[in-house]
Amino acid sequence: MTEELFVTARANDLIDPGLQIWTWEVAMYLFLGGVTAGIMVFAAIVALLNKDREAPFASDRLAILAPIVLSIGMAMLFLDLEHKPYVFRFYTTFRVLSPMSWGAWILIIIYPVSILQILSTVRRGVPQAAGFIDRLAPARALVDWCEAHRREIAFIAAPAGVLLGVYTAILLSAFGARPFWNTGILAPLFLVSGLSTAAALVALLTRDHGERAWFTRIDIGLIVVELALVGLFIINLATGSAAQIKALECCVMGGPFTFAFWVLFVGIGLLIPLVLEILEMRGLGKTLALAAAVLVLVGGYTLRHVMIEVGQRSTWTSYETQYNAELLDRLEYP
Amino acid sequence: MTRYAMVIDTTTCIGCGDCVVACKTENKVPEGLNRDWVVEATKGTYPNLTTEFRSERCNHCSNPTCVTLCPTGASHLWKDTNIVLVDPDQCTGCKACIAACPYDARLVMHPGGYIDKCTFCHHRVEDGLDPACVSSCPTRCMHFGSLDDQGSIVSELLKTREHKVLNPGTGNDPNVFYLV
Repeated sequence: MTEELFVTARANDLIDPGLQIWTWEVAMYLFLGGVTAGIMVFAAIVALLNKDREAPFASDRLAILAPIVLSIGMAMLFLDLEHKPYVFRFYTTFRVLSPMSWGAWILIIIYPVSILQILSTVRRGVPQAAGFIDRLAPARALVDWCEAHRREIAFIAAPAGVLLGVYTAILLSAFGARPFWNTGILAPLFLVSGLSTAAALVALLTRDHGERAWFTRIDIGLIVVELALVGLFIINLATGSAAQIKALECCVMGGPFTFAFWVLFVGIGLLIPLVLEILEMRGLGKTLALAAAVLVLVGGYTLRHVMIEVGQRSTWTSYETQYNAELLDRLEYP
Repeated sequence: MTRYAMVIDTTTCIGCGDCVVACKTENKVPEGLNRDWVVEATKGTYPNLTTEFRSERCNHCSNPTCVTLCPTGASHLWKDTNIVLVDPDQCTGCKACIAACPYDARLVMHPGGYIDKCTFCHHRVEDGLDPACVSSCPTRCMHFGSLDDQGSIVSELLKTREHKVLNPGTGNDPNVFYLV
């Protein structure tokens, strides 16, 4: 038996009895950041593959959502800060070894790239704005330039999106103190999840049947890859250090987040939409595709939420911070 | 870089908590928050149980992941030593350093919102004094000094006594040692 109790008070808010420093705000940011990444990547791919006719929504209007979705996410991040007046400090330095510092600067790069991406199709995407743009000479020149350089912009937007999609996961996996996050699989998992949620968003918002079918097919592939990555993630932790095995066992293999991880994320967020999307491909109707898309979005958020909740609780220390009658049961009488 | 260390004798610590009170008084730590704490660890099978008391705090690691992962440089090393401090004027309260600490030794300051932690009482160290917790220990089980000085009390104790650190597997290379 090993029992470690505090004999002096320690009930630091957000730290005890288990870390609860990040909650839904951060999970929501991770989710919306992933969606933004997927939006930028798909808008770029459509431009690079000249699929404007096959994917009219992704080609002309999808990119408009990127800065909107990302801004909502960043507002969530701001809500999470404990020392809000000092938020500008992210931008008075660059810490090369801190993924969060990289993230802060990546977000700054994302906005102008995203705006250029929007401008490269704004005349088609938002015809109402075309007249206004053409009345202002500088705006007209800028939009003309963006339209002429749409491919070049897409070449920058695609890797920028990927960077946005992976950095949040690299940030979490860099926390050696949190064994549940401490695996490189997190980066491709978050990226594929981000792409999948963006594909679902297109399927949900487009009015073009062919485009919906195309993105549903893409999403089927992404969900299969995501399932494989979830499997690798579990194997990685289950065969990892003692702290990782404990983190896995205590939370998602029989602990408080088992239901959320397996039923809400893997079941409702991945497997059910996968089945629905396959059925839709066999011609069983638009409603299924829309339901599948909504579930993929729910699953995308659930993945981030479970990751945040479980990860911060996973720890190298194991103090009992309050009286727990169950401790008496741990006394092993000979 | 000067490497400061704390050496705590678990065989003479009685878990009185004076170190905790001294820290709160010296550093005016607000009610409900603690920069240090005492753990009672019991091991074995009844009736063969052993108990040790450990006064714990920030380990002022030689590989401080809290400093590495801080996005603004608010978490920093004091004057070319291993003493980790937080500059409230640079801290956004993002809490990355809290997640980065394998010892859960950091806290969110109330009502400020910036992150706070044990400073090894660097203001006292600067004046040649021991940290408040070390000075106040009634059983003198706590010792403080530089590991670069081969003649210091901490170097001597680590040379002659069996000792351990907490969670050595994290790779943080902590500088609070426990004599066992």
